[in-house]
Amino acid sequence: MAILTYREALGRAMSEEMARDPKIFLMGEEVAQYNGAYKVSKGLLDKFGPERVIDSPISEGGFAGLGVGAAMVGLRPIIEMMTWNFGIQGFDQIINHAAKMLYMSAGQFSVPIVFRGPNGAAHMLAAQHSQTVEGMLHQVPGLKVVTSSCPADGYGLLKSAIRDNNPVIFLESEMMYAMKGEVPDEEHLIPLGVGSIKREGQHVTLIAWTKMVSRAMQCAEQLAAEGIECEVIDPRCLRPLDEELIFNSIRKTHRCVIIEEAYQAASVGSYISEQIHRICFDDLDAPVLRVTNEFVPMPYAENLEHLVLPEIERIIPAIKQVLYMD
Amino acid sequence: MSPKGSAPEKSSGAKQESKHDKQWLLSVYQEMCYYRRFEERVLQAYTQQKFAGFCHVHIGQEALCVGVQRALRDHDYMVTGYRSHTQAIAKGIPGRQVFAELFGRVTGCAKGNGGSMHMFSKDKRFLGGHGIVGGQVPLAAGVGFAINYEKKDDIVVCYIGDAATNQGQFHEALNMAATWNLPVLTIIENNRYGMGTDIKRTTSIDHLWKRALAYDMDHGQVDAMNVIKTHEFVSNVVANMRKTKRPYLLDAICYRYKGHSVSDPGLYRTKEEMTDWISKDPISQLGEYLKKNKMASDEELKALDTKGKEMAKADEAWADEQPIPPDEQAWQNVYAD
Ligand SMILES: Cc1ncc(C[n+]2csc(CCOP(=O)(O)OP(=O)(O)O)c2C)c(N)n1
Ligand SMILES: [Mg+2]
Repeated sequence: MAILTYREALGRAMSEEMARDPKIFLMGEEVAQYNGAYKVSKGLLDKFGPERVIDSPISEGGFAGLGVGAAMVGLRPIIEMMTWNFGIQGFDQIINHAAKMLYMSAGQFSVPIVFRGPNGAAHMLAAQHSQTVEGMLHQVPGLKVVTSSCPADGYGLLKSAIRDNNPVIFLESEMMYAMKGEVPDEEHLIPLGVGSIKREGQHVTLIAWTKMVSRAMQCAEQLAAEGIECEVIDPRCLRPLDEELIFNSIRKTHRCVIIEEAYQAASVGSYISEQIHRICFDDLDAPVLRVTNEFVPMPYAENLEHLVLPEIERIIPAIKQVLYMD
Repeated sequence: MSPKGSAPEKSSGAKQESKHDKQWLLSVYQEMCYYRRFEERVLQAYTQQKFAGFCHVHIGQEALCVGVQRALRDHDYMVTGYRSHTQAIAKGIPGRQVFAELFGRVTGCAKGNGGSMHMFSKDKRFLGGHGIVGGQVPLAAGVGFAINYEKKDDIVVCYIGDAATNQGQFHEALNMAATWNLPVLTIIENNRYGMGTDIKRTTSIDHLWKRALAYDMDHGQVDAMNVIKTHEFVSNVVANMRKTKRPYLLDAICYRYKGHSVSDPGLYRTKEEMTDWISKDPISQLGEYLKKNKMASDEELKALDTKGKEMAKADEAWADEQPIPPDEQAWQNVYAD
C-alpha cells in the first residue's frame, strides 16, 4: 500500500480512468496548465494533452452544459467546479438538464458525467465560499451524490463515479486535500451506495460524511477514555444511501447522533433521521439528535466560524445527551 | 463567411433565380402546408381539451424549419427549445409520434414523458425540446465539442428564440463555441417577441446578429419568411462550416402569427403589424413564385395543401388510438443502469 494524499488519490483515479477510456475528458477552470486550483489534476495535461484536459472560461453554467451535451452524444466528461459555491452557477444545467434528460427522453439520452469539486467550509473563507450543496442536490431525482472521507475512499469512489452512467455529484473538501492515507496499489473500485463503518462500537452510532467523519472519530477517541464506545458510520454515498448499514448499527447501539455541515432543515441528515425514526422506532432508546451548522451565513472571524460549524464542543454534549449522561 | 466585425451577409431582397427544380419546390410547398395544418390541428385538439400543459406552435414560421432542415445531412444534430413540434418532424420523427407525445401516449417520441416541450429522438439525432430559455445553447456547445473530439464532420444546429439571446448561458456558450471552433450553427428564430415583450424593450442592440461581434463569430441575417432564400443561405453557411469548423450565428427574421402559447391571445401587437407580416406569409410567397414561374396552378397548390391537411389528420387519428403509458413507467428511467 502506498501512502497518498487525498488530492493525489483523486488525481490517480482520474488518470487511471482516462487511460482506460478515451471518451473521458476533464474540463474546468485552471485544470490544465495550472494543474488545478487545488492541484487535484496535477500532471494530467502532460499525460493526456490539451484535447482531453481543458481549461475552461469562467462560465460554470456554460461548461456544465457543454459537459451535458457532450455526454448526451457519447463522451464521458469530468467537470471540475473550482468549488461548489461557484458550481451553484451551473445548477440550471445540473438540475434542469443533466438530472432530467434520461427521464424526459424516456431512456433515450443518458448523461454519464461527473461534476466534482470541493464542498463546505475551509478556513475563514466567509459566506460565499463556505457552503455545502449535498442538501440541495440529494433532493433531485436523477442525480447521484457521492462523498468520501479518506484517500482510499476518494480513489475507489471517484473511479466508480466516472464509470457510472448517470450524472454524479462528487463532493470533495479543501481541508482534506492534504490528508494522507493508505491507498491500495492495485486498482480498486468502491460501488456507489455502499457505506463504511469507520469505527466499531456498541453504545452509540455517529453518522457523518466528508470531513465531519474525522470530527466524529475525534469524539469517539475522546469518549473511549470515558468508557463510551462510539460506532462511526460514513454512508459515503448520500444518494443512493446505504440505509441498511445505518439501520443495522442503530439496532445494535439504539442511539444515534448525526453530524453534518449543513443547515437543520431539509438536509441529508434530516432525511436520515426521519428514516431511522420510522424504520427503527422500536430499537431507539433516545430520539436521534443532529449537530449541524448554525442557521446563519458563514462569518469570517475565526472565533465566529468556529461557533457556526459543528465542532467537537457541540458534538460531545449531544452524544452524552442521547446516552442520558448529562 | 462574413468578414469579422462587419455588417453581416444578408439574403438579398432582390428577385433571385432559384437553383431549385420544380419537384423540389413543390415538395417544399407541400411540407410547409403540412406543418401549418399540423399545428392547426394541434391547436384545435388543445381547445377540445384533448391534451394540456404548455403548448407553443410554429404557425407563420414554417419557412425556417423547412429551409434549414433541407440544408442539413441526416447525421447532423439538432437541439432546440419548447417550440419544436415541426422541427422534430422535419428532423425525421414521424408526425404521428409527435402527436402521440402531445397526447401523453406511450408510443409518443418520448413515451409520454415529455409532452409538447420535450420531443426527443436518439435515432434522428434530435436532442430535445427544452423548457429552460437559453439552456439548450451550452448543450449544443457540448455536442459540437464531441463532434470535434471524435473528429467527425457533422454539425449541430441549435435553435433559440430572440429573447433567449439575453440569457447568460447563451453568451457563455457562444464564447466557448467561438474560442474552441465548435461546429455549432446557432439560429435565432427572431419572431421579435419573447412572450408579450417586444424584443426592443429588453435589448440594447437593434440587430441580434450583433451578438456575434462580441465573440468574433461568423454571422448573418436571413429573411426567414422566404423558404428559398433561407435554404440557399443556410446551405452556404453549412457547406462553409464543414470546411472551416467555425461556429455561426444566424439571425433568422420571422414572425409568429399566434400567441406565445395557447393561452396567449397576443393582444400586445397591432393589427397593422400582423397584417403586414401575414402579407409575407411563407406559404403564399412560395405559392406565388410557383405560379408566376408556371410550375403549379392554383388547383395543384390546393391539392398539395389538402394532402398536408390529410396527413395531419391521419397523425392525430393515429395518436387518438394509442395507449397511455403503464403506471410503472413513472418509476423508470430515473437512473441509467
Ligand atoms: C429561464 C426561463 N425563464 C423564463 C421562462 C418562461 N418563458 C418561456 S418562453 C419565454 C419567452 C421566450 O421568447 P423567445 O426566446 O423569443 O422564444 P419564442 O417563444 O418567441 O419562440 C419565457 C419568458 C423559461 N421557460 N425559462
Ligand atoms: Mg421570440
